[in-house]
Amino acid sequence: MIKIINLRKSFGDKKVLDGVNLEIERGKITVIIGRSGEGKSVLIKHIIGLLKPDEGAVFLEDQDLTSLRDRDFNEVRKRFGMLFQGAALFDSMTVAGNVGFPLKEHTDLNDEDIGKIVTDKLHRVGLVDVEEMMPSDLSGGMKKRVGLARAIVMDPEIVLFDEPTTGLDPIMSDSIADLVLDTQKALKTTYILITHDIPFTYKIADKIAMLHEGRIIEEGSVEEMKANPNPILRQFLEGRAEGPIKVF
Amino acid sequence: MRRQLESIGRYSEDVVTTAGQMAIMLASAFLYAFTPPIKFRNIFKQMEFVGVQSLFVVILTGSFTGMVLALQSYNALKRFGAESLVGPTVALSMARELGPVLTGLMVTGRAGSAMATELGTMRVTEQIDALFAMAVNPIRYLVVPRVIAGILMFPVLTIVTDFVGVIGGYAVGVKLLGINPGIYIGRTVDFVQMDDIVTGLTKSLVFGLITSLVACYNGFYATGGAEGVGRAATSSVVMGSIMILISDYLMSSFAV
Repeated sequence: MIKIINLRKSFGDKKVLDGVNLEIERGKITVIIGRSGEGKSVLIKHIIGLLKPDEGAVFLEDQDLTSLRDRDFNEVRKRFGMLFQGAALFDSMTVAGNVGFPLKEHTDLNDEDIGKIVTDKLHRVGLVDVEEMMPSDLSGGMKKRVGLARAIVMDPEIVLFDEPTTGLDPIMSDSIADLVLDTQKALKTTYILITHDIPFTYKIADKIAMLHEGRIIEEGSVEEMKANPNPILRQFLEGRAEGPIKVF
Repeated sequence: MRRQLESIGRYSEDVVTTAGQMAIMLASAFLYAFTPPIKFRNIFKQMEFVGVQSLFVVILTGSFTGMVLALQSYNALKRFGAESLVGPTVALSMARELGPVLTGLMVTGRAGSAMATELGTMRVTEQIDALFAMAVNPIRYLVVPRVIAGILMFPVLTIVTDFVGVIGGYAVGVKLLGINPGIYIGRTVDFVQMDDIVTGLTKSLVFGLITSLVACYNGFYATGGAEGVGRAATSSVVMGSIMILISDYLMSSFAV
């Protein structure tokens, strides 16, 4: 469904993406793993057009997204939802205002219908009676859930997740994993996640790709990756300080 | 020597980049301002923030400026036996110069810094990226209402400043210094022409554009977490105030 071809991006002298090639299948959960600062966020920001590459292309079906003008990209973006690392909820709006925001901007639905959809999506992510709360009143886990409700409120074809479990305790991370699985099954959506949370990855991934030094060095199913002898992948999956990846 | 040249080059590059980005932001805002759908609710919300919430500060500034202007001009004019000109002096100074400039500076300090802080916080917490990701253009959603509010509300606030300044001047001139009220009002009406008021209001319109655009620019491109947001707020006030003073001189020199 999405094909990333030879994607390169530098910031000043720093090469962040150095020829990324990756295929993402429709209706599956693809997890991109890698160390912090390896460019995982930069990679998904290219998919949704928040960044333009120096070289390479991102294809959605047969359409090269990198060649689109901003106005045309906005039409494509309506097919996406995105959950940001810190949830990126609008401080000035209630939970209902946040979740209903895309509907208000892009549909002709009245406030009552938007309210019903918002409540339904909030139920789907396990939240009840939070509509009138402000983002500042929510815990980290609740913010992520509201962020996910907002990301899926337009029933997008593709949802991008930027570090969905960062800053959460292991139990909350596991509940987010369940939520990802439940919503993906229910909606048959293509999910693309970036994370360095390995237990979370094993639980949800249909496909894992490892980003290292600006390239995808290995990819495969959970079982294939567990059996892969690549020492860089092994060190990362096993969380060891010793190995080919230098910590300092 | 080489290092100095490099730093001059870097600084020049920053200035040109800033000017270019600001011009692009202004052009985009102008384009979106006239392209439907127009979000009137957002515009009214910003007008309330820039206008209504700045009333107290401009009333305070305008009234005390009018009062001190009456006192000082009385002292000067008395030496020539021209106390009757205190009224026109206060009114002309307020209408042509002090009303728009002081309103501009005070509202830049209050609303401009708040705009930059809000947009800067939205930038560093990825709320602006979230708008992009939801196919909502942040320039249309965030910048356009603020710029329109600035352009519309600065002249209104300037009228308020002018009015309370003249009232303040009258109170000091007539009640405190004993100038004949008939002469005070009569001379003021004789000397102040519509052109003087229009000149001041035109200036304030430009100051409204400068303040809102500079604040939005600094907030929109803020980087570096909480420190970056603080820097954006400071830059918006410093850059906005300097641009108001320079443009005031340029507009005054054309108007003379």
